[in-house]
Amino acid sequence: MARNILVVGELEGGELSSTTAELLALGTRLVDGGQVSVTLLGSGAGDAAGAAFAAGADNAYVSSDAGYDDFRSDQWVGAIEEAMGQSSPDAVFIAQSMAGRDLGPRLAFRNDTAVAMDCVSVEDDGGELKATRSCYGGSAQATYSFATSPAVATIRAKSQDPLEAPSDGGGNTVELSGAGDSRSEIVGREAAVAEGLQIQDAPVVVSGGRGLGDPEAFRVVEELASAIGDDKAAVGASRAAVDLGWYPTSQQVGLTGKVVTPDLYVAIAISGASQHMAGCSGSKTIVAINRDPEANIFTAARYGIVGDYKEVVPALIEAVKNLD
Amino acid sequence: MHLVVCAKQIPDPETPPAAFRIDEANNEVIPAQGIPPVLSQFDGMAAEAALRIVEAAGEGKITVISLGQESAQAAIKQVLAMGADEGILLEDEALQGGDSYTTARTLAAAIEHLGDVDAVFCGRQAADWDMGQVGLGIAELLGWPSAIIGKDAKVEDGSMVVERVTGDGFETVSMPMPAVVTISNEIGDPRYPKLQQIMQAARKTVTRLDAGELGLDPSTVGDAGARLKLERLFIPVVEGEVELMEGETAEEQAQALAAALREAKIL
Ligand SMILES: Cc1cc2nc3c(=O)[nH]c(=O)nc-3n(C[C@H](O)[C@H](O)[C@H](O)COP(=O)(O)OP(=O)(O)OC[C@H]3O[C@@H](n4cnc5c(N)ncnc54)[C@H](O)[C@@H]3O)c2cc1C
Repeated sequence: MARNILVVGELEGGELSSTTAELLALGTRLVDGGQVSVTLLGSGAGDAAGAAFAAGADNAYVSSDAGYDDFRSDQWVGAIEEAMGQSSPDAVFIAQSMAGRDLGPRLAFRNDTAVAMDCVSVEDDGGELKATRSCYGGSAQATYSFATSPAVATIRAKSQDPLEAPSDGGGNTVELSGAGDSRSEIVGREAAVAEGLQIQDAPVVVSGGRGLGDPEAFRVVEELASAIGDDKAAVGASRAAVDLGWYPTSQQVGLTGKVVTPDLYVAIAISGASQHMAGCSGSKTIVAINRDPEANIFTAARYGIVGDYKEVVPALIEAVKNLD
Repeated sequence: MHLVVCAKQIPDPETPPAAFRIDEANNEVIPAQGIPPVLSQFDGMAAEAALRIVEAAGEGKITVISLGQESAQAAIKQVLAMGADEGILLEDEALQGGDSYTTARTLAAAIEHLGDVDAVFCGRQAADWDMGQVGLGIAELLGWPSAIIGKDAKVEDGSMVVERVTGDGFETVSMPMPAVVTISNEIGDPRYPKLQQIMQAARKTVTRLDAGELGLDPSTVGDAGARLKLERLFIPVVEGEVELMEGETAEEQAQALAAALREAKIL
């Protein structure tokens, strides 16, 4: 059965975000003859439409009004509502981003329908959409169907593959209204993010946990990342370490932090609680360094060292430096 | 000032993976033996945020509301012990087994029933289903503005000012009241009630309201009103086996690891 799908796009530095491309590709796999549309809001939206068409969109609903650059939920909901009115979607896909966590429930409740948050898959099961997501901190997974339409789902970053080859069909662009008034005013902002390579983008992530016992120990974790390569490895942390104030919130890996899918994830003095694994289980290879052989992290790891990180990590830094 | 804290009782999210079991026939989590249910952590943090506001203002009332079964009294009492003034349990057969929509709808009806509420505080998500919708749903149903994933909230000149966590730092948002705020762990650990407060809370009576008293048609709440249908609940399989590095010393183990990663072309 043909269905129309609307993707709520996001821009990063004026460019189509990689997650938007993943959502568009998911849309193309489920439209079944219907249309895939995308909303693009904020500076650069008009220019990003081409990238959205290449990523799978048939229609782009755009407004390049800079009023949308700062995310204010009520303004975005207004614009997306306008696009929904014109594209009659059977399903709406939104990234499980900071904006998406707000937009998903707002749009679903506004349209008298349901949203499944943080989905890792959406499938067509005999004509019916079924969304699967993790719950209970990642200990379980749940599959849902929707009793109402449109089905709204927020989708976890990197859970969907983008199109293998860009689509060359082109598409239609429709202008949306500019950002109206908002009830919320952003009165302050504080950047708190490590410089350089971001953990979501790094091919290697080295993370430290509460078992480090001391905020200073993060220096050794950083040293290991540097030995692997400053252009390759970024440093993450468990929530326990972040809550203790040992490392910035922006570096937290997990259910309530960031989802990372590097080629290599090194967990140092991290027990491997399900909520932590929710943020790193998509890594290609996990290495665990923990002194407790029973630690849960070893059930997910490919390689492990049972031992005190104070001895193992300095030795590993040397061993990595001596490769070649 | 009248603030509401929404509180949910959940299976302990720190239950060790080995003790976590599912009844796949009924799509339910089997309560782990000997591990009592707890107040969802983020809800305790939401209570902390509300208490700070009342303390700073030197006046105000906090009502804690829970939708749940009889046992959810424990979650309500915990927030009362922290310093909330009144507790309401929404307990009714018709209200059980719903989804985020019916939960938000029921809580919104209770908030309307109170009538004079200036702000609602919820956890950023319940640590069982991890959906993160109820606070926003209440805001949408009541037509109020909202700010989610807050690490602190203040009332300044009649506006709700929330410092919230974004992907790359923090942002301070100001909005008119009444408003809904959801709170994240970045606020820090909530206060521990003193023994005397726990005893006082134990003696407080918790008001009960059912669907009829909230003016809710039973067909629109609980299991009957749910819009998201749980088809299947299961434990994901983690495949693969760990290879532990051999060696007498940390140096030998570290060299073995570096070599294994090189051989697998990872480093
Ligand atoms: C709703 C919810 C959301 C959550 N979200 C997240 C999230 O996003 N991210 C997250 O990480 N957590 C999250 N958590 C918390 C999670 O449940 C765990 O509490 C947390 O991940 C534990 O962090 P940790 O592994 O660093 O600490 P611990 O569990 O204390 O583990 C420390 C480990 O260090 C080891 N160790 C100690 N000393 C040494 C040494 N000298 N050498 C080697 N090893 C040593 C110990 O054996 C232990 O395994 C969440 C929890 C809840 C309830």
